[in-house]
Amino acid sequence: MKQCLVVDDSSVIRKVARRILEDLNFEITEAEDGQQALDVCRQTMPDAILLDWNMPVMDGLEFLTSLRGEAGGEKPVVVFCTTENDVAHIARAIRAGANEYIMKPFDREIVEAKFQEVGLI
Amino acid sequence: MTPTEFEFLKKFLKTRSGLVLSNDKQYLVESRLLPVARTAKLETLSALVQSLQRGGNRSMEENVVEAMTTNESFFFRDKTPFEHFKDTMLPHLLESRARTRAIKVWCAACSTGQEPYSLSIVLKEEAARVAGWRIRILGTDLSNEVLDKAKAGIYSQFEVQRGLPIQLLLKYFEQKGDVWQINPGLRAMVEWRKLNLLESFSHLGEFDIVFCRNVLIYFDQPTKTEILDRLAKSLPEDGYLVLGAAETVVGLTEAFKPVPGKRGLFQKKQVANTTTRPVPARMVAGAGLTR
Repeated sequence: MKQCLVVDDSSVIRKVARRILEDLNFEITEAEDGQQALDVCRQTMPDAILLDWNMPVMDGLEFLTSLRGEAGGEKPVVVFCTTENDVAHIARAIRAGANEYIMKPFDREIVEAKFQEVGLI
Repeated sequence: MTPTEFEFLKKFLKTRSGLVLSNDKQYLVESRLLPVARTAKLETLSALVQSLQRGGNRSMEENVVEAMTTNESFFFRDKTPFEHFKDTMLPHLLESRARTRAIKVWCAACSTGQEPYSLSIVLKEEAARVAGWRIRILGTDLSNEVLDKAKAGIYSQFEVQRGLPIQLLLKYFEQKGDVWQINPGLRAMVEWRKLNLLESFSHLGEFDIVFCRNVLIYFDQPTKTEILDRLAKSLPEDGYLVLGAAETVVGLTEAFKPVPGKRGLFQKKQVANTTTRPVPARMVAGAGLTR
């Protein structure tokens, strides 16, 4: 079973994402901000990370940049999932090493399509 | 809506569009036709049916057909057909049409345009291979409404997130407020025409590839056979027909044979050159974005 880390400061979004991803056969861990996510990754690198942008303590972009610098940090497939939906933000995320990008609001179909896109399912 | 009224609608739609409506589709009729009734300032579906029965309201008749036949579409739907296009059909045609350096592709029932635009994206991505070639993509549909949308090439945030890799969105679309518009260069690669597949399409001439996906499922068996046989006349011996993932020609016509190992792909005559070329790591629809 593939592991997916869901990083979002909203518990509602984490719950929705968990439900969708569990249906797609992922084992879910959660983190409320980038720092927590980094701690989780240092324990075990997940296969996939669904990543919010705006979060307290450490935001998604900062997390991603740190992650890609970690040992084994190139392994997880990172899918941003954020309300930041302009070209400049998307381009920055891709440059920082994001594999895909979901613009909120999202639904089951979009998550499924994007995860297929990057070969996770 | 009374059973008699539903029967009338079934016959009306069958005659006008070939759409075969089963008896369990009453809810679909109601949800799709109530807005049409309201547009026509009619209170109920019964009033709409009565108006259709009286006849003479051409635009409302067209609206009814459009509302019942419009289908959801997404970019790179089912992925495989676009891989076949890039890795099987294009290599073969680039070789066999080297003299004319021209290829014609027809997307029959193109709906809101995602399929022809997905093909134009593949061609842009393969620009080096097709440099100097005249590749024409024609998109047809029986609905004016979807054709207008296809022509404009404007899609909602939801639509551009189904099937379109983010890299291709950034590369080929321009963000305009809440929506995304496909670049003028790609729009210029596709021509659009209104066409009902029940009517003759011989005037469109011959094509090298016809995409006719998830359309035949709405027709009854004799209509399917009749359309497939006419499609065969629009294709040369080595042309390609692409059907939907769940569709086949088996039991419907002898005019086409499945291309072995290529789901959804059909030819009139098996040509020798259908060898599989090694698929490059970067797949058409970005399956290779994984690092």
